[in-house]
Amino acid sequence: MPTGTLQIKAISGHPGPVPGDGVQREEDVCKYVDTTICIGCKACEVACVEWNDMPFRETTFDNTYQTLPKTEWNYWNLITFDEHRRNDGTLMWLMRKDQCMHCEDPGCLKACPADGAIVQYTNGIVDFQQEHCIGCQYCVSGCPFDIPRLNPKTKKVYKCTLCSDRVGQGLEPACVKACPTGSLKFGTKTDMKAMADARATQLRDVSGFADAGVYDPASVGGTHVIYVLHDATRPELYGGLPANPRIPVSYTFWKHVAKPVALLLALFAAPAAFFHYIVEGPKDVQPPGAGEP
Amino acid sequence: MSTPRADHLGQPAGDRAAALPTDRISERTHDGRTDRAGRAHRAVRAHELVRHPVHTRVLHWVVAIFFVLSLFSGFAIYSPWLFAWITPLFGGGPMTRLLHPWFSLGFVIAFALQVMNWYRLMAWTPDDTRWMRDLRGYVTNAEPVEPPYVGFFNGGQKLYFWTIAVSALLFLVSGLPMWFPVTFGRGAVAVSYVVHDLAAIVMLGGFFVHIYEGTLAQPGTFHSMTRGTVSRAWAWTHHPRWYRDATGRDPVADYDAATARAEARAREDR
Repeated sequence: MPTGTLQIKAISGHPGPVPGDGVQREEDVCKYVDTTICIGCKACEVACVEWNDMPFRETTFDNTYQTLPKTEWNYWNLITFDEHRRNDGTLMWLMRKDQCMHCEDPGCLKACPADGAIVQYTNGIVDFQQEHCIGCQYCVSGCPFDIPRLNPKTKKVYKCTLCSDRVGQGLEPACVKACPTGSLKFGTKTDMKAMADARATQLRDVSGFADAGVYDPASVGGTHVIYVLHDATRPELYGGLPANPRIPVSYTFWKHVAKPVALLLALFAAPAAFFHYIVEGPKDVQPPGAGEP
Repeated sequence: MSTPRADHLGQPAGDRAAALPTDRISERTHDGRTDRAGRAHRAVRAHELVRHPVHTRVLHWVVAIFFVLSLFSGFAIYSPWLFAWITPLFGGGPMTRLLHPWFSLGFVIAFALQVMNWYRLMAWTPDDTRWMRDLRGYVTNAEPVEPPYVGFFNGGQKLYFWTIAVSALLFLVSGLPMWFPVTFGRGAVAVSYVVHDLAAIVMLGGFFVHIYEGTLAQPGTFHSMTRGTVSRAWAWTHHPRWYRDATGRDPVADYDAATARAEARAREDR
């Protein structure tokens, strides 16, 4: 279980410090994605497919460098390519590694009705447990980033696991390991946030990107994947990254008002009918003794 | 009782034929026509009235079966507290999810047929408004017999019927985006969850009342939906105007006569 609870603290008869000791200094993990030094090599896409043992699939060509229009149930990691015209008329690539954001307040988990189909580990990873998934796709609608995908054959939903199996063993996610430019990094949330802030400051002060900033949206309680963007004021430019990702209010109402009210109704209506019978009694056919069929 | 009961109306056996021309009347259905192919006739005994002909009963129970299946499979997905109890009944979570929309489609189609069957009888009239105004009296059993203006269905039954009709429509409209979330998009689904729930709350509340009224609260009513018939006394007690329409007799007079007979018999017994 990649929960950190089995992190070894001491080993009998072992010389020197415990390997991996201190890895759990902080529980919250985070993937850092610096879009400004991504070269679009797609090594992360390949690493993801390889590590997660997914078959290579046909890709779509639609006049971009992008592998597919969107992530798929067996393609969890996708670099989005956007040509952006700058104010001076020059073009630049905006390349963003699209995958599950591992929200602190996950819309998928909130919407899911199946017991145990979506879990959130203490380290912040949101993971789907396909053996419990019923294929209702409530998570698809609950996700503000349009990430979960149904496998139509098995009727199970899949998405990036942030390599919870690797992270549980003290390893970084496969995509991070494969990245050749240092665009991807992995560590505690605090460290990654500090690194991202420093990089954004550098971009603003030294590299001339006045609007550079860090994408860690508060509207979903922060995410366990954060972006450094050249222009943090317009995240939509990066393949439609939402500026203000939200779980619809109706979900909260649905979950916390409508459901309990209906259950209470179900719980009380039946006894109410029963006690009406006790208090008021039935409407007998008149006159008494006139009988029934 | 000293004298043997002649029949369930408490009439002397000799009077029966004179008092009630049963053969002719008993074949009549709610709209006064003879039941198709005389099928109801087989089930009808003396002093009974056909309330629900065969097609109405079959339709009702098809609706009921689909409703209960939809209700339970829906509740399983609806609430984490019920998920573990109910999903095994349908073969597990994924199967429950797969079946629910089909059950519901069956319900909507069957109920649509019931609407076609009943919409005339269910038309709202000023008498129904009048009935609703005295709902308190109905609930507290203030009067033993319904007022003479109550026809084939009373205001409460009509209200329940149209509530289900509207809820079924809401269920259908909100259910489709939840069935095909990718086609309809996130916004439509977000609204649909709430609409689906509100429809469920309304329908569930009505469902409890319906079951109670159809069984415990009114002896004799359940039989009208199983074998199709009710006693004449049932008819003048609960739906006097229908009694008048179906038999051509005065419900109040017949009720008074039956009461008088019952009193006379009680005196005799003493």
